[in-house]
Amino acid sequence: MKVLIPSALLSYTDRNPVEASGGTLGELLFDLDRRYPGIRFRMVDEQDRIRRHIRIFINADQVLDLGQPLQAGDDVVIVQALSGG
Amino acid sequence: MRRTLVLVATRKGAWLYHGDASRDSWRVDGPHFLGHVLNHVVLDPRDRRTLLAAAKTGHLGPTIFRSTDRGANWKEAARPPAFAKAGEGKSGRAVDHTFWLAPGPISEEDVWYAGTSPQGLFRSADGGATWEPFSCINEDAQYRTWMGTSQDGTPDGAKLHSIIVDPRDASHLYFAMSGGGVHESLDGGASFAPLIDGLEVVEGFDRSNVAFHDPHCVRLCPSNPDRLYQQNHCGIYRLDRPSKAWRRIGKTLPKDVGDIGFPMVVHPRNADVAWVLPMDGTTVWPRTSPEGKPAVYRTRNAGESWQRLDAGLPEKQAWWTVKRQAMSADAGDPPALYFGTTSGELWMGRDEGSRWTCIAQHLPEIYAVEAAELE
Repeated sequence: MKVLIPSALLSYTDRNPVEASGGTLGELLFDLDRRYPGIRFRMVDEQDRIRRHIRIFINADQVLDLGQPLQAGDDVVIVQALSGG
Repeated sequence: MRRTLVLVATRKGAWLYHGDASRDSWRVDGPHFLGHVLNHVVLDPRDRRTLLAAAKTGHLGPTIFRSTDRGANWKEAARPPAFAKAGEGKSGRAVDHTFWLAPGPISEEDVWYAGTSPQGLFRSADGGATWEPFSCINEDAQYRTWMGTSQDGTPDGAKLHSIIVDPRDASHLYFAMSGGGVHESLDGGASFAPLIDGLEVVEGFDRSNVAFHDPHCVRLCPSNPDRLYQQNHCGIYRLDRPSKAWRRIGKTLPKDVGDIGFPMVVHPRNADVAWVLPMDGTTVWPRTSPEGKPAVYRTRNAGESWQRLDAGLPEKQAWWTVKRQAMSADAGDPPALYFGTTSGELWMGRDEGSRWTCIAQHLPEIYAVEAAELE
């Protein structure tokens, strides 16, 4: 499925959007990391929590749970949220 | 011919300053990682080519970048420092940023240590490419108590810092925590024990409680590894091993200056010589140059007396803060000192700090300054 990458992570992908797959959001992020090594840890910490200033939307709905199921054709948008000056 | 490289880590990126042979002119290389928060950039003294940079951004998690060609190219660590995953139903800690990088001894090629916020100790055995939690302290119940909570640390997070490896014995290690005291291992990190005798704590608190100790910066003297100096939240100290009792040596500084500050710098070849940069630790703790008149103080007799070194520095209205990693000495004869301010100025003090000149202005908030020798 199509994944929109924020500018802060384009150094990993070099293009936007990118393709990735997975039955859940967590699986999709692991697939992204397989394709673009290191990208997952910048978004998800070692306790599997989405980092404070990262937001992920699936079909325009914000998702906080990495177990959220995904369907083929879902649009995934990763956003860098406000983090100060 | 000896050349000095000054590595400047800031809240918005890193800059490398290459000095000419006489250190009269400087070629700037940067910014590297513009917009990234760089807490520390360190040159490996074992090969004088490898750089490690501790980075994060406002949005993204922490990582380590590595260069094997003095910053021409960088590669991210495959596995940056990260705490162990907590068990099911338990809440685990996450590294917010790597704060301190320390190369291992000459006898352990490719070994590096890292200290993080919140407090964690990590080790790499492959030159910084992959990192693992080191020793038991990250998950030890007693150490977790001493580390305290996020309310017990410095404003941007409690930190593990001042990781020191005894150059004579790679199994002899020190580290310090703000807050949480100074600690020593004699068995290669298998166990650590507090080393806080003689250190003071804030008035009214129990100095026997390790959690109340706030060492700001600890340095071991390369010319005498049995001697350590420390800038603490509560004064300046010296420790001569095998003694375990720190001795406060800052009381001889002028009373209107005090012995509060952040950096501690030692001489590369003379263990009686050290430098501090006092900050105002009165009332609400402004942590700025006392009375707006910045000065470095040097001792030549292991802290028995101090000399004020301010020639070339502003004489008034300079309300500087210099962080604990932001002052360093090169290996020249005599060495020059370097420090960076939170207002983005980089200064050099020739002849052990006797004559100061400004190398750079208008940088972002400076977090760390390391002077390294290239040849």
